[in-house]
Amino acid sequence: MTDIGGKNKVAPKMNGAQMILQALTELGVEVIFGYPGGAVLPIYDEIYRQDKIRHILVRHEQAAVHAAEGYARSTGKPGVVLVTSGPGATNAVTGLTDAMLDSIPVICLTGQVPRHLIGNDAFQEADTVGITRPCTKHNYLVKETALLPQVVYEAFYVATTGRPGPVVIDIPKDVQVEQAVYKVPQKAEHRTYRPRTIANEIEIEQIVELLMSAKRPIIYSGGGVINAGPEASKALTELAHMTNIPVTSTLMGLGAFADSDKQWLGMLGMHGTWEANHAMHDCDVMLAVGARFDDRITSRVDKFSPNSTKIQIDIDLSSINKNVQVDLGVVGDAGIVLKQIIAAWKANKASLNAAAMDQWWQQIDIWRARDCLAYSQNSDVVMPQHSIKRLFEMTRGLDPIIATEVGQHQMWAAQYFGFDDPNRWLTSGGLGTMGYGLPAAIGAQIAFPDKLVIDIAGEASIQMNIQELGTAIQHRLPVKVFILNNEYMGMVRQWQELTFEGRYSSSYSDALPDFVKLVEAYGGTGIRISHIDELDAGIQRMIDTPGLVVVDCQVAKLENCFPMVPAGAAHNEMMLAGDIRKTADDEISQAVV
Amino acid sequence: MFMQRGTLTNKVYKETDPMKEKGDIRTHTISVIVDNEAGVLARVIGLFSGRGYNIESLTVAQVESDEHRSRITVVTTGTLMVIEQIKAQLDRLVAVDRVADLTIEGPYVARDLALVKVSGIGEMRVEAMRVADVFRARAVDSSLSSFIFELTGAADKIDAFIEQMKGLGLVEVARTGAVALSRGSDGL
Repeated sequence: MTDIGGKNKVAPKMNGAQMILQALTELGVEVIFGYPGGAVLPIYDEIYRQDKIRHILVRHEQAAVHAAEGYARSTGKPGVVLVTSGPGATNAVTGLTDAMLDSIPVICLTGQVPRHLIGNDAFQEADTVGITRPCTKHNYLVKETALLPQVVYEAFYVATTGRPGPVVIDIPKDVQVEQAVYKVPQKAEHRTYRPRTIANEIEIEQIVELLMSAKRPIIYSGGGVINAGPEASKALTELAHMTNIPVTSTLMGLGAFADSDKQWLGMLGMHGTWEANHAMHDCDVMLAVGARFDDRITSRVDKFSPNSTKIQIDIDLSSINKNVQVDLGVVGDAGIVLKQIIAAWKANKASLNAAAMDQWWQQIDIWRARDCLAYSQNSDVVMPQHSIKRLFEMTRGLDPIIATEVGQHQMWAAQYFGFDDPNRWLTSGGLGTMGYGLPAAIGAQIAFPDKLVIDIAGEASIQMNIQELGTAIQHRLPVKVFILNNEYMGMVRQWQELTFEGRYSSSYSDALPDFVKLVEAYGGTGIRISHIDELDAGIQRMIDTPGLVVVDCQVAKLENCFPMVPAGAAHNEMMLAGDIRKTADDEISQAVV
Repeated sequence: MFMQRGTLTNKVYKETDPMKEKGDIRTHTISVIVDNEAGVLARVIGLFSGRGYNIESLTVAQVESDEHRSRITVVTTGTLMVIEQIKAQLDRLVAVDRVADLTIEGPYVARDLALVKVSGIGEMRVEAMRVADVFRARAVDSSLSSFIFELTGAADKIDAFIEQMKGLGLVEVARTGAVALSRGSDGL
């Protein structure tokens, strides 16, 4: 310390690494997911010397970000990541992009080469702020040590305010070592960035009027409702109950409205339910809340809900009118605006036309009667749908947190696993990142050590971050990995079947490891389910076994995921299991991804 | 690296998405006030290239040195839906303070600046000077066989001047994109 004569007692100098830890501690950070390396050694040294913040060592930087995402989605708090320069930062890019597309608050600290070496092609140098500019909400390169506290505070503000997202702070190694005076930032905010959260009265009046005029209304909710906190989910439920409007939701929004509620239509979109998609297509007033009309939802934009008046509530102005022109776009926080609508609805003693609503619900019941998620389970091979259904039923009282990888198993989990509460469903929706689930489950398990956390996986996806089994063992995390093993990259195979005449190019999962032996090698428990008779016992054993468990559930190999809105079709042109499948013959259909 | 006072013109690849092609393609002049911090220009340009928007021209310079604010004037083309989306995406950048669509918000003044070098002797040189006079261009550099003219005005006026200079020994041109302000007493 260069505290000459004790003059600086009030504001002692510390080095950059201490300042970072100090700021993180003040901001309430309890855990960091990371991986050390040359350019972050000073920060790692400070982590070693303190006991307020826990560091979770992962096995790959991508997993560090996914773990932080899992932590953030399950707790509502921002996740914090620490990686080194160069490869550490570039490995984190997939995770950052994932957090960007799914609007997850993540703060990623990256080490950088010392200031005098920047731009010099130094060892493990990469232009981190340049590379991460399009895949973060905002990023910083800190060149002045004294600015560190302000930047860290501001990064938390930016990551968690408005539409949440990832923020990168790139810190040169010499900045981490240099001494400076730590000044506690007065306010944790940004100089100019102030997202709008509250709708104005006129907008609320218009929403209430439009809803009151509806004969076939629907609420289409999305991940924004989850991001707005549990209060927003409560408000959504209250509004739905007081108006009797049916509710559907995107993949990211599952859990905001209870699956067990009679007004719940199931998920909508490409693999959504018959009733949800038909109701979306036929509705006359649509209230979209925290949902962005993504292409997996709309399918063909020109045939998407053609006769409805559309209201969209979103915290992000750029989400409004991006893909679908809406009639009333309202910028605001999902929870706050929903509460404003509820208050106005009550104040106006508003109501919907009861006769029309009866008719609408009768129509919905006709669609429901198609029983679009039906499947037939034989007495031999486990059907993938059935395994998820049993997993759901057998864990019902345990309030589990479910993570998924990406592919058929993810869609089956979304269809057959019911969520009654928010923050229980961790999945990569926007980016569709295989390898997301295991690290995300680890992040959630860190936040909730005593909860049942299950990663529903596919045998292909799980291999993308399977090294994280080591992380789970090291930190004694009782994560359960439930692999639906059909020996195919199932969703790829399904698309090849539907659009490329069954030419299964590179979609067979060859040379699979023995997952049971693999997890045993790490020190966990492996369970194999290869027959329907073993399913329930296997699931029960997974639940009852302490510590890390991997279940290799061998399911029917060629089962496809239905219902499905095929490429280039409208919501009312869905395919159900057993429909005759035509190969898509026009180029446009094949071009749809 | 802080943004230097200067200008930049860039043409990004053409919009080809058939869905977004619907409707008339319009040209809009947009003013963006940004925090003058490292990388802010890269954020704005990256947004245009990453999302496939057009930049007809883009100028930028610090305008409030105390406040560390810069003003970017961008001329862009697209359907109304795309233009709206461009403004919303710009507004969403954390470093962007304010976005104004001058084309929509009322009458405005837009000016380009060009430096035009012309080389010639004798009658050619005299004629170049005469044309410059008609266009109210000023000679800011002169040698026995060349001039550099400085000309400000609307883009089409500058185009016309350059066209005429082609026959009079045009050597090279440096020009800015548009800088623009709304007419009347109100500011952004």
